[in-house]
Amino acid sequence: MLSVNNIEVVYSDVILVLRGISLAVEKGQIVSLLGANGAGKTTTLKSISGLLLREDGAVTRGGIEFDGQRLDKLAAEEITRLGIVQVLEGRRLFQHLTTEENLLTGALIHPNNRAEIRRTLEQVYTYFPALPQLRNRTAGYLSGGEQQMVAIGRALMSRPRLMLLDEPSLGLAPLLVQSIFEMVRQYNEETGVSILLVEQNANVALQVADYAYVMENGRIVLDGSAEQLAQNADIKEFYLGLTSVGERKSYRDVKHYKRRKRWLG
Amino acid sequence: MNWQLLPQFAITGLLNGGPIALIALGIVLIFKSSEIFNFAHGQMLLIGAMTTWWFSADEGLGLPLWTAVLLALAVSILLGLLIERLTLRPMTGQPLLSIILMTLALGQFLQGLTILTFGTTQRNFPVIFSITDPYRITLPFTYNDNPIIVILKQNLVWSFVVAMVCVIVLALFFQYTRTGLSMRATAEDHETAQSVGIRINRVFGISWAIAGIIAAIGGVLIATASGLDLSLSIVVLAAFPAVLLGGLESIPGAVLGGLIIGLAQGLVGLPNNNFFMGPEVAQAIRNSTEIVPYVILLIVLVIRPDGLFGQKRIERI
Repeated sequence: MLSVNNIEVVYSDVILVLRGISLAVEKGQIVSLLGANGAGKTTTLKSISGLLLREDGAVTRGGIEFDGQRLDKLAAEEITRLGIVQVLEGRRLFQHLTTEENLLTGALIHPNNRAEIRRTLEQVYTYFPALPQLRNRTAGYLSGGEQQMVAIGRALMSRPRLMLLDEPSLGLAPLLVQSIFEMVRQYNEETGVSILLVEQNANVALQVADYAYVMENGRIVLDGSAEQLAQNADIKEFYLGLTSVGERKSYRDVKHYKRRKRWLG
Repeated sequence: MNWQLLPQFAITGLLNGGPIALIALGIVLIFKSSEIFNFAHGQMLLIGAMTTWWFSADEGLGLPLWTAVLLALAVSILLGLLIERLTLRPMTGQPLLSIILMTLALGQFLQGLTILTFGTTQRNFPVIFSITDPYRITLPFTYNDNPIIVILKQNLVWSFVVAMVCVIVLALFFQYTRTGLSMRATAEDHETAQSVGIRINRVFGISWAIAGIIAAIGGVLIATASGLDLSLSIVVLAAFPAVLLGGLESIPGAVLGGLIIGLAQGLVGLPNNNFFMGPEVAQAIRNSTEIVPYVILLIVLVIRPDGLFGQKRIERI
C-alpha cells in the first residue's frame, strides 16, 4: 500500500537527516516506527505527508509510493485528499475553534453531504465517548488527553486509508495512553485502515503494532514483527528498560553505545 | 460645552463609524488569514470607487448605477485575486516584514496606476442616496425646554446600514459555511490546516477576493459622502487605529473600533467656544479630527496592549 524506497531527506539543501530509509505499510497493518529523539521519525512521517516542503526540506533520493502513485512531489493538502492523514505531534488543534468545529475541519476534503458527515461524526463519537459533552468547548482549553482525542478524531473525520500518528502518547498520563492505543487498535480492527505509528514509548507501541522499525541517526537499524522485536535483547534493554533479572551487570554492559554502534554497520 | 448639539454630533459620528468599521474589517480579514497587515487597502478602496465612477459616469461607460457597482465589485474581486497570486504567493516563506513592506509598495503602485488611468481631477460621484431631504428625528427629551432635533443626511444613515449589513453577512459567512470554517482554520495554523487537507492557497485567494469586495463597497460609501478624488485612499488612516483598537484579528473588535473612532471624531467636532483654555484651544481641538483616533489608540494600547478584543493566546498551564 505505502512503500518508502530508500529515501534521503535534506533540510535547507545541506543538512542530511534521513540516509536511506525504506519501509512498507500493508493494508490493514499497524506499523510502528521507534527511535530516540532526533532519529528522524517525524521527518519520515512528514516526507510521506508532504509537510516537509513547508520546512525547506526535500526528498533528494529514493521515492515514496502510495498505491502505485508517487507522493514526493505532491503538496500536503493533495496527499491528504488521497487518503493519507497525519496527526501532528503535540496535538495541534485549531485552538480557538470548538471541539466539533475542529472535527468538522477533517471532513472539509469531502463533498458537502450533511447526512454522510453527520454519520462519520457519530462514528467518531462512538470511538471517543468523552467528546460529545465537549462539542461546544473551545478546543484550546481542553485537557491534553481530550485534545489528543480531538486530534485523532479530526483525522478519522477525513475517512483516511492510512493514518500517520506522531507520538500520540506525548505528555499524557499512562492510563490515557493505554486507552488511546486501545482505541487505535479497535479502529484499525473495525475499519481496516492502516496506521503508521511513530512512538518513543516502545512498550505500548509494540503491544498494538504488527510490524516495527527502529530508527537511529536517520537510518533504520532494526526491523521485524512486533513480537520478534519485543524479544530482542537490545530492544529490551534500550527501549523497554528491562534487563535480565538476577544477573550481575558488568561495566561492559553499561557501555551500551558499543552495542548500539554495531547496528549502524 | 454646547449640550444642545451633543446628540447631533454623537449620532453623526457614530454613523460615520459604520464605513470605517467596514474598512477596518477588510484589513482584519487579511490579517487573520495570513498575518499580513495590508497597507494597500486604502488604494483598493480608491480603485473600487474610481471604477464605479468610471462605469457609471458619462465620461466613462455611462452604465446604470447598480450595474456600475456590480462591475466595480467584479473588478475588485479580480484585483484581490491578482494581488494574492502575483505578489503574495511568490513571497511565501519570506519574512513577514518584507511582505508587509511589499503591501506598502503595492499601495503606492496602485495609487500611481489610478493617477495614470483616471487622472487627478476631482470627480462627481453619482448620487446614490437623496441629498436634499435629510431625516429629522426629535429625541424624546429636551434641554432647557428646547426640543432636541437630530438632522441626519440620508446618505449617512444608509451608508451605516449598508456597512452593518455587510458586517453581519460576513460574520454569518464565517460562522456557518464550510468555506468560512476552512478560512477560520487556516487563520489559526497553516501547517495543521494543510495536514487536514485544506488548500490554503485557495483560502488566501478567497480572503483577498472578499477583501476586494469589502474595499469596493467601503470606497463607494465613502465617495457618496465626501466626493471622489485621490485622497480617498487616505481614509484608511482612520481605519488603521480602528483595526488596532479591536485587536487586529477580531471581527467584533474591528466593528467596535470603527464605531468608537467615528464617535470620537464626531464628538471632537462639537462647537465648544467657551472651552476653559480659550477659543484658540477650542478651535484647535475641533480641527483635530484626524489626530484623535491615534490619541485614543495610544491610550488604549497603553492600558490593553492586545487591543479591546485581541484574541487571547490560549496557554494552558
